[in-house]
Amino acid sequence: MTTSDAAIAAEGLRKRYGRSYALNGLDLTVERGVVHGLLGPNGAGKTTAVRILSTLLRFDGGSARVAGYDVVGEADQVRRRIGLTGQYAAVDETLSGRQNLVMFGRLYHLGARQAKQRADQLLEQFDLTHAADRSGRTYSGGMRRRLDLAASLILAPEVLFLDEPTTGLDPRSRNDVWDAVRSLVAGGTTVLLTTQYLEEADQLASRISVIDTGRVVAEGTADELKARIGGDRIEVVVHDAAQLGAAAAVVARIGTTEPEVDADTRRVSAPVADRMAALTDAVRELQLAGIAAEDIGLRRPTLDEAFLHLTGRRAAAEEETAAQGGSSGTDGDAGPEVPPSRRSRPLVEWSEEGVAG
Amino acid sequence: MSRPTDVMNIALQQPPSLIAPPPARTPLARLRWAAADGWVMTKRNMAHVVRAPEEVVIYFTLPIMFVLVFGYVFGSGMALPGGGNYREFLLPGVFAMTMLYGLGATATGVAFDVDRGVVDRFRSMPMARSALVVGRSGADLIRAVLEMTTLVVCGLLVGWQWRNGIGDALAAVGLILLLRFAITWIGIYLGLVVPNPDTVGVIVFPAAFPLTALSNVFVAPEAMPDWLGAVSEWNPLSSTVAATRELFGNPGFGGDSWAAQHSLLLAVGWPLLLLAIFMPLSIRRYQKLSR
Repeated sequence: MTTSDAAIAAEGLRKRYGRSYALNGLDLTVERGVVHGLLGPNGAGKTTAVRILSTLLRFDGGSARVAGYDVVGEADQVRRRIGLTGQYAAVDETLSGRQNLVMFGRLYHLGARQAKQRADQLLEQFDLTHAADRSGRTYSGGMRRRLDLAASLILAPEVLFLDEPTTGLDPRSRNDVWDAVRSLVAGGTTVLLTTQYLEEADQLASRISVIDTGRVVAEGTADELKARIGGDRIEVVVHDAAQLGAAAAVVARIGTTEPEVDADTRRVSAPVADRMAALTDAVRELQLAGIAAEDIGLRRPTLDEAFLHLTGRRAAAEEETAAQGGSSGTDGDAGPEVPPSRRSRPLVEWSEEGVAG
Repeated sequence: MSRPTDVMNIALQQPPSLIAPPPARTPLARLRWAAADGWVMTKRNMAHVVRAPEEVVIYFTLPIMFVLVFGYVFGSGMALPGGGNYREFLLPGVFAMTMLYGLGATATGVAFDVDRGVVDRFRSMPMARSALVVGRSGADLIRAVLEMTTLVVCGLLVGWQWRNGIGDALAAVGLILLLRFAITWIGIYLGLVVPNPDTVGVIVFPAAFPLTALSNVFVAPEAMPDWLGAVSEWNPLSSTVAATRELFGNPGFGGDSWAAQHSLLLAVGWPLLLLAIFMPLSIRRYQKLSR
């Protein structure tokens, strides 16, 4: 594949805010018709990359083509071929769902009747017909996200940008979005998906770029990346901190490397090869050693650990909770109910980790 | 009702006829789309008004209050130097003043608009870049027409009237709307440059109030100290008020400065000058949001 027929071809993208770089030489090639994951913590530069590729943001260096057109010189051609769904719903919250879709249809220069027909069709397809004439303010977070996605699909885009599409959604709504993404790709759309969740990238993306401090630090299929990150971990929380040492000794016999011991949370953890055997062994041996455990569990590597592995340092501390799973993560923004200020977003995007330049 | 999961599977299917026209290539075609997109955005803003009727009530209370408070409270204590009915003298001033105070609504509306996520969608679409601000000014102009209608009705109820025929009266209303249109673009620019939408409303009043006081709306500029009187006579608000008093045939101050003698010329010139400055500034500023 040459970069000219790629859906997205970005080379050496740089974006500077003050003296720090939100993007610092980002290279990205996405072939047509796939979901490509952009995985990284807050501040890694994911949103900056999406905003540049969707013609919203200027950049200081490098070049980018989307759907075969230059994002700067041929922005209008790019805009006719992309859809964008962000972390918060980019719809008019005062207008009704139908008014929104008709308005966007008209702004894509569809005729009045076509715009109305397409709106009805999308409302039906996204299960919003019952709320079509209510103000967007009365919509739940999931409904708003569906309306937002519907608005991105009015012209069936060649390339769809999904910037953390499931952040702040409940598990059911999240599954709905995942299903929608799968069917879109089956229909030929290319999707660039940014996410903080390893699981989401794993579920959807055929290829993943891990990004940190504005550049790609690893790229490959989900399996390739997981192989580099390591497999499941066993984790034991002891009741009495005095038994931490004894527990570490037990875990050391079960795990494949030296266990990590965290005295503050009375936690011992280590990677394991055979997940079920490790669990039963751990339960038995802790009992034999007379160690009272508060919690014993197996878990997959978190994004934080992936980061530790790929970059040799920890991601931002506040990422630890967000990386545990999709249900409660809110990305540090105010959630889907209160859209974060457009003007403050770039600051959030780079301030914690973006000081690379 | 089916689950979205199932129905989303056909989300991509669409009628084969659904093809948007190609991007405009000629300047004329671009202008046509700019007008069409601007009109879509005008309708969006009007739909906002319909969906938040309480705002409309507040909107129309203010001018009515101006008429009543200034007409009866001030009017009872004031005599015009040349004689005549104070309320008849006052109304053209209240018309112009109401237009000026529209500045706050325009600026706040724009500031909140660009702060919202929906602007990202607008900006990622192949629509005219000017549509958001053009739509705002279109909707505000429509609103101003409704405000003027309210004010004229109120005025007639408290004894104001036009004396020079309907043609001159309509010309006067035209001048007032022209002023409003120019003020709209100042408001749009203000809304685009303030860093925080909540502060706009706070900024606007201290800016607009001196403009109304330093004018011929309430007091004759000749009664002020020399330099204040000069400022007041060259105030764009004064030009519109003086010109409309003349066109309505209402009592006014006259005055023999150049500005007072050429109020009609200035009532057209000032708004056009303001438009020539703030229209391009606003559109450029909006396009530069992609910092």
